[in-house]
Amino acid sequence: MKQINFLSVPALLLVLAMQSLTAVAAIDAYSFPDEDMRKRYNSLIDELRCPQCLNTNLAGSDSMISKDLRREVHRLVLEGKSDDEVRDFMQQRYGDFILYKPQVKSSTYVLWFGPVVLFFIAVIVMVRLIGRRGSAGKEKVLTDVEQDRLNQLLSK
Amino acid sequence: MSGVNKSLLIPLLVFVLLVITLGVGFSLKDPHILPSELIDRPFPEFRAAELHNPDRTLTRADLMGEVSLVNVWATWCPNCVIEHPELLRISKEEGVPLYGVNYNDEVRKAQAWLRRYENPFKFNIVDDNGKLGIDLGVYGAPETFIVDAEGVIQYKHVGPVNRYIFDTEMKPVIEQLRTNRLASQAAEVNR
Repeated sequence: MKQINFLSVPALLLVLAMQSLTAVAAIDAYSFPDEDMRKRYNSLIDELRCPQCLNTNLAGSDSMISKDLRREVHRLVLEGKSDDEVRDFMQQRYGDFILYKPQVKSSTYVLWFGPVVLFFIAVIVMVRLIGRRGSAGKEKVLTDVEQDRLNQLLSK
Repeated sequence: MSGVNKSLLIPLLVFVLLVITLGVGFSLKDPHILPSELIDRPFPEFRAAELHNPDRTLTRADLMGEVSLVNVWATWCPNCVIEHPELLRISKEEGVPLYGVNYNDEVRKAQAWLRRYENPFKFNIVDDNGKLGIDLGVYGAPETFIVDAEGVIQYKHVGPVNRYIFDTEMKPVIEQLRTNRLASQAAEVNR
């Protein structure tokens, strides 16, 4: 137990250090005329994916393309483009890949509804298994004669 | 009999599903390579200087007129050095104009780089802020586009071009576009 605690301190520090790195990556000196635009910019770079790195958003990536794309998002937001217009701009150039929140369309139905379908299949399977086990238990434990005997004993 | 056997088949079924899922998953193409959104779309509009001749302004019209290759490169890109001999070969042997987009780079460095490795490009579009790169959906250099005579993007290759890729993938596209063009020109003349 003691050993685990001893090890977990550097591990925790490492995790903290890594987190601070990703946070630093996104600090560009962009200014915004109002707080609302800053919020929108931050949420956009949070939900747009870095095209070069498979599992990072624009906010967390230090790659050149992410820097350029953050600059574009900043420019588009300042130009008064809506969030959807910024997403469309990116999607036209980089495709669905850049959207961490993919649109609902025929090619993404599996992605959106697959988990729900799987969940319901799991529930059905579970209900049937429990049902079978339950009824099987009732049938097997006592025969009719034994059940009568048990009832007699209990009612005494 | 049947009840017992059915439940014994479940692990086998799960296993087969797993094999199919993993088989499909692993045989997919490199996930780093994004499908390009720009195929069959016009090459984006741009106005930019020429690398060796800053007074000259290049636009989309400069790319039109015949089938051409547009290569996005930079001095910071190690794979650009690797593919460079093939670009030189294409420019000398294949008779297809090769244009460069100097992407996110510095003009002087780029000029020096081309002096050092030799210049295969008819001209170079200076894209020092990566704006054209973004319009082209570039996410890493080198990337190579085939643009038809009307300025429409017909093909895109991400990563270094080599002889094999040129011969098997790019040349057929170029030849097809040329025959299409000759056919349409002939039809024009006959009319």
